Amino acid sequence: MRIPCPYCGARDAHEFAYLGDATLTRPDPAAPDAEGRFFDYVYQRTNPAGAHEEWWYHAQGCRQWVKVARDTRTHAIGGATLARDGAATSGDPA
Amino acid sequence: MRYSFLSLLTNGLTGQKGWKPAWRDAAPKPAYDVIIVGGGGHGLATAYYLARVHGIRNVAVIEKGTIGSGNAGRNTTIIRSNYLLPGNEPFYEWSMKLWEGLEQELNYNAMVSQRGILNLYHSDAQRDAYARRGNAMRLNGADSELLDREGVRAMYPFLDFDNARFPIQGGLMQRRAGTARHDAVVWGYARGADRLGVDIIQNCEVTGFIREGEAITGVETTRGAIRAKKVGLAVAGSTSRVAAQAGLTRLPIESHVLQAFVSEGLKPMVDGVITFGAGHFYISQSDKGGLVFGGDIDGYNSYAQRGNLPVVEDVAEGGMALMPRIGRLRLLRMWGGIMDMSMDGSPIIDHTPIPGLYLNAGWCYGGFKATPASGWCFAHLLAKDEPHKVGAAFRLDRFRTGHLIDEKGVGAQPNLH
Repeated sequence: MRIPCPYCGARDAHEFAYLGDATLTRPDPAAPDAEGRFFDYVYQRTNPAGAHEEWWYHAQGCRQWVKVARDTRTHAIGGATLARDGAATSGDPA
Repeated sequence: MRYSFLSLLTNGLTGQKGWKPAWRDAAPKPAYDVIIVGGGGHGLATAYYLARVHGIRNVAVIEKGTIGSGNAGRNTTIIRSNYLLPGNEPFYEWSMKLWEGLEQELNYNAMVSQRGILNLYHSDAQRDAYARRGNAMRLNGADSELLDREGVRAMYPFLDFDNARFPIQGGLMQRRAGTARHDAVVWGYARGADRLGVDIIQNCEVTGFIREGEAITGVETTRGAIRAKKVGLAVAGSTSRVAAQAGLTRLPIESHVLQAFVSEGLKPMVDGVITFGAGHFYISQSDKGGLVFGGDIDGYNSYAQRGNLPVVEDVAEGGMALMPRIGRLRLLRMWGGIMDMSMDGSPIIDHTPIPGLYLNAGWCYGGFKATPASGWCFAHLLAKDEPHKVGAAFRLDRFRTGHLIDEKGVGAQPNLH
């Protein structure tokens, strides 16, 4: 499996560390329902068979967080963007 | 037909023509008391104990493919009860006791072989941790024995004791642990359940659930609708997919791929199970002679039933660090299975928030050894609507209430368990 890092180009997956589901957004700890939201954020997953947005960290390369679109049934990778370009709108790496 | 020396002899003398299929190829009836979704070891064991222990015989096991073709046919066949935590160890020790009587119970040769498991330690701290684990095991009625370096050397002189980075200091031994023949476990439970009246329905995939108000009252399948008072899910890596059809769209589970490997056949060399304590590598030898080994999950969400090369390399490195003599061995087969990795690394046997729907999931890569007790506890839950005492900690809501069973101490990171 090769991940197309926006900085470094296609690199072998073993250079990366995996975090997981990139559709989760860290809740506001000051919100009145923060406890329930954090439970959902930390433990609950949709775990789809198919298209999956996920965080990978290019530890052995540019050391950037990368958001990768990958199919969990085939491991085919649809694309990758730098996390910081989209972090404000769609979740954030922990 | 009951298998015995006499039946073996009779059929041997009459050209093996008297054998009958071990279970019926049942067609679905319109309704059952209980439907188990998933014809793996856990589902079939559940059906067997429902019929045998609780007298509930109007039961169907429905399986999308053929029984035992998922993780029950993809594991590395190790059975053991060397856990630490109070929520886990009584359960796995009960499983071990059921393994010890399984073949007599089922009248089926599951090739349960108590050849022992040895967990190696490589540092003083790891020795202390294993001493504690061994004591926890003994407190729960299991056996354990802490071996020093010479004790290990007497058993396995070929290990790399003076590895420059991870010298072997000793190991924690459980002599009652061992291996079993995975297919025979599935077939034995299937035959036992079938003889008690359970319908085993293969090539029957669940496509949806029948609901009356909130409650689930049956399943829609590729072979028509089947009604039931209770539906139990035992579908391992497919849990999220099947549960989503019932409306449970979010669960504390991620599906990950785990690879396993078998080498070419060798003369007897490894007569027990050995685990490397400084990396993730474990090895045993099958009765055919192939070395059976594996290591970490690949570490990313996957439903592909095949893994990637970095983990192959990692497992091979672990093997070489432990026993360099396998370096020139050729691999015969490697494969992947889909693990239902729970967020704390421990399983779930519980009600779901939906009335009539019960869940058996989250076995991570430790499901095979749990097969008998998983079936025992899930059958208890389905029959009595309350958890069995040895599985009472495996609650679905423990993640919300904070009662995690974090055996490995890595928190809510499925790819680290």
